[in-house]
Amino acid sequence: MSTRVEETQSVHTEAGAGNAAPGVASGLPERDGLPLAATPSREGAGTASSGQAEAEHLGLLDALEAESIHIIREVVAEFERPAMLFSGGKDSVVMLHLAAKAFWPGKIPFPVLHVDTGHNFPEVLDFRDRTVARLGLRLVVGSVQEYIDRGELQERADGTRNPLQTVPLLDTIAANKFDAVFGGGRRDEDKARAKERILSLRDEFGQWDPRNQRPELWNLYNGRHTVGQHVRAFPISNWTELDIWRYIEREGIELPSIYYAHERDVFQRDGMWRAVGEVSLPREEEDVVVRTVRYRTVGDMSCTGAVLSDAFTVGDVVREVAASTLTERGATRADDRISEAAMEDRKKDGYF
Amino acid sequence: MTAEATLEQPTLEQGTLFRFATAGSVDDGKSTLVGRLLHDSKAILADQLDAVARTSEARGFGGEKGGLDLALLTDGLRAEREQGITIDVAYRYFATDRRTFILADCPGHVQYTKNTVTGASTADAVVLLIDARKGVLEQTRRHLSVAALLRAPHVVVAVNKIDLVDFSESVFSTISADVARVAHELGLREAVAIPVSALDGDNVVDRSDRTPWYTGPTLIELLETLPGTDELDDAQEAFRFPVQTVIRPQGALAPGLAEGEFRDYRAYAGQVTEGIVRVGDRVSVVTPGQAPRDTTVVGIDVAGRSLEEAAAPLSVALRLADEFDVARGDTIAAAGTLPESTADLYGSLCWLSTKPLREGAKVIVKHGTSTVRALVRSVSGKLDLDTFQVTPASGLELNDIGQAQLRLAAPLPLEPYATHRRTGAFLVIDAQDGATLAAGMVREHPGDSEAERYWI
Repeated sequence: MSTRVEETQSVHTEAGAGNAAPGVASGLPERDGLPLAATPSREGAGTASSGQAEAEHLGLLDALEAESIHIIREVVAEFERPAMLFSGGKDSVVMLHLAAKAFWPGKIPFPVLHVDTGHNFPEVLDFRDRTVARLGLRLVVGSVQEYIDRGELQERADGTRNPLQTVPLLDTIAANKFDAVFGGGRRDEDKARAKERILSLRDEFGQWDPRNQRPELWNLYNGRHTVGQHVRAFPISNWTELDIWRYIEREGIELPSIYYAHERDVFQRDGMWRAVGEVSLPREEEDVVVRTVRYRTVGDMSCTGAVLSDAFTVGDVVREVAASTLTERGATRADDRISEAAMEDRKKDGYF
Repeated sequence: MTAEATLEQPTLEQGTLFRFATAGSVDDGKSTLVGRLLHDSKAILADQLDAVARTSEARGFGGEKGGLDLALLTDGLRAEREQGITIDVAYRYFATDRRTFILADCPGHVQYTKNTVTGASTADAVVLLIDARKGVLEQTRRHLSVAALLRAPHVVVAVNKIDLVDFSESVFSTISADVARVAHELGLREAVAIPVSALDGDNVVDRSDRTPWYTGPTLIELLETLPGTDELDDAQEAFRFPVQTVIRPQGALAPGLAEGEFRDYRAYAGQVTEGIVRVGDRVSVVTPGQAPRDTTVVGIDVAGRSLEEAAAPLSVALRLADEFDVARGDTIAAAGTLPESTADLYGSLCWLSTKPLREGAKVIVKHGTSTVRALVRSVSGKLDLDTFQVTPASGLELNDIGQAQLRLAAPLPLEPYATHRRTGAFLVIDAQDGATLAAGMVREHPGDSEAERYWI
């Protein structure tokens, strides 16, 4: 058995007191069954309550939210066994929030799936488990470590485990017979992702064929597939990093604490600030210093860099992202620096 | 700082969302224009610019223009970079203070119809490039024709490389007049022409002082102010709401909600595709093949928040006064406005597959939230994009636009695309391998108007 299934229905963990940085909305009350403490939106849901719809047009976030919810509902209605990738990273947290809104007051009608590399930040795994418990969801975990222990995957020379996620992911999808897997990929993240469809077919080997994709027209999504194939669905394709943060601010969504500025032991490698941890140890010539940092993306400790930041609150982060002169992946991801087509190559093999 | 405090005032104003597609012939400089829009609106960040600068230098691009090949910003796939061509539609994102833009960048040479149809299907505007030295070409007419067929609400013509015709007003005037004439022939709502140089940036984001005779808006000014599809249509169109799924959470209530309060909760989830619905409105629930059932909207929910009204394209859940049996595939519409469902589909088809269409083919039609089997009874003609005339045909090949009659296995509430851009659209899907074969647009039933009979 290549996967571990965890029933976390009854577990309730208190917000980890040690890592609740200021601005982390972990203390917010749950409201109306929404997972992540949504309070009535200031934006209004698009149309003016006065009835003069022409005057006040639907805002950006409402338009993006409406599109994402439509996609999530379409996939759930048309597929037999959907699942959603959930890592605890900000994009997957927003996607899960949208799923909760799509089916309110019902529970999210599918399990969540995580490929644990064994190099994840402990704060993020803790957040993952608390969120899953709070929403009453089933969590399916594929473990890279188990593959390495069994000798089915080999540790890379550079120590990065990000590319190793593909095999456990595909095995987990096959073992659970998932026919649609939601991913939090955004088209603005990467050049290869800019070419991705909202519903994207994967062949029997989980591969993506970017040169032979189905045209995607209007809001009509074609999810037909045959036995052995599955579909990846990307409901937040059209969101940018800034949209994600504005929405987190508007909806009061809780995130892992490491997204906000905090003090941390770090060392410099390849022009990035890397956290000190079991799987991320400084070399002899690398000095460990304490800096105020935050993470713009949350991948593995072994390949994700922190940025120096004073953004302690969500409002600070919105301002910081809006003013940033570097892309999030360029600033923080060693795995995408390997080559210009690093993401494309991983995606072709079945990566998300 | 708490989340409540931030809800009072968002850190940044959000503006609205505007989608546009770019189209052009080979070498019109479209990739450069897209690169210029992204660059001048500051959507290109330092690390991306560094990568472009490195590659530009490696390929020896540059000279007087400063050495940045902006076209490199838009090539996404390895094969595209290696071959120096763009294969597939790519989506780009940038924002100004007033709007956030989603740009569907549609390549010009390979499978241009497929790409342009894809990009135009969701676009609020199509931006078409013309090389000022070449003027309106055959392919320009084809692109305009596709934009007209897909009913893009706005068409903007960027007359590019105006620097290469010495910023000549008369060249620009001639091209604008040609564009206006073709647009008129095609019945396009409008086609605004702007003189630009994508390479140097004239009139793209920043106003050019080299075209003093031009007093109109820059490209970005125009894109910032054109009304979006829903701003144009909502007020006029009758309410349409294809039901995606029924929300009835018995036994599977979200944690934290009171069982008693939601025991009888039942709502219909979907996206408002056209028009506006308000609490208290009379609506018809239309199940194809059955008489419409009228009832009243008693609630509009968005995840625990109750709205008084919802306009397209909002995703909501509707609660109705009467307990009907309503399922996915049904449509909720303003009472008495949806025409009777029919199993005879007359449509225009943009054929997007290398597998040709033949009469007698069995296919799948996807319309709204319904998917039905269909038989292609006849192909009644093919549009000659150069003359805009329909010529007789018995089949369609890749990139052809034609007309066909299909017999559906079950009736659907079909409305003409000419008046319903969302509910008049459908897909034709291969019954064997599931590939998308065609973009379909419902046409008037031939019995409905005199002129249409000609084509049968």
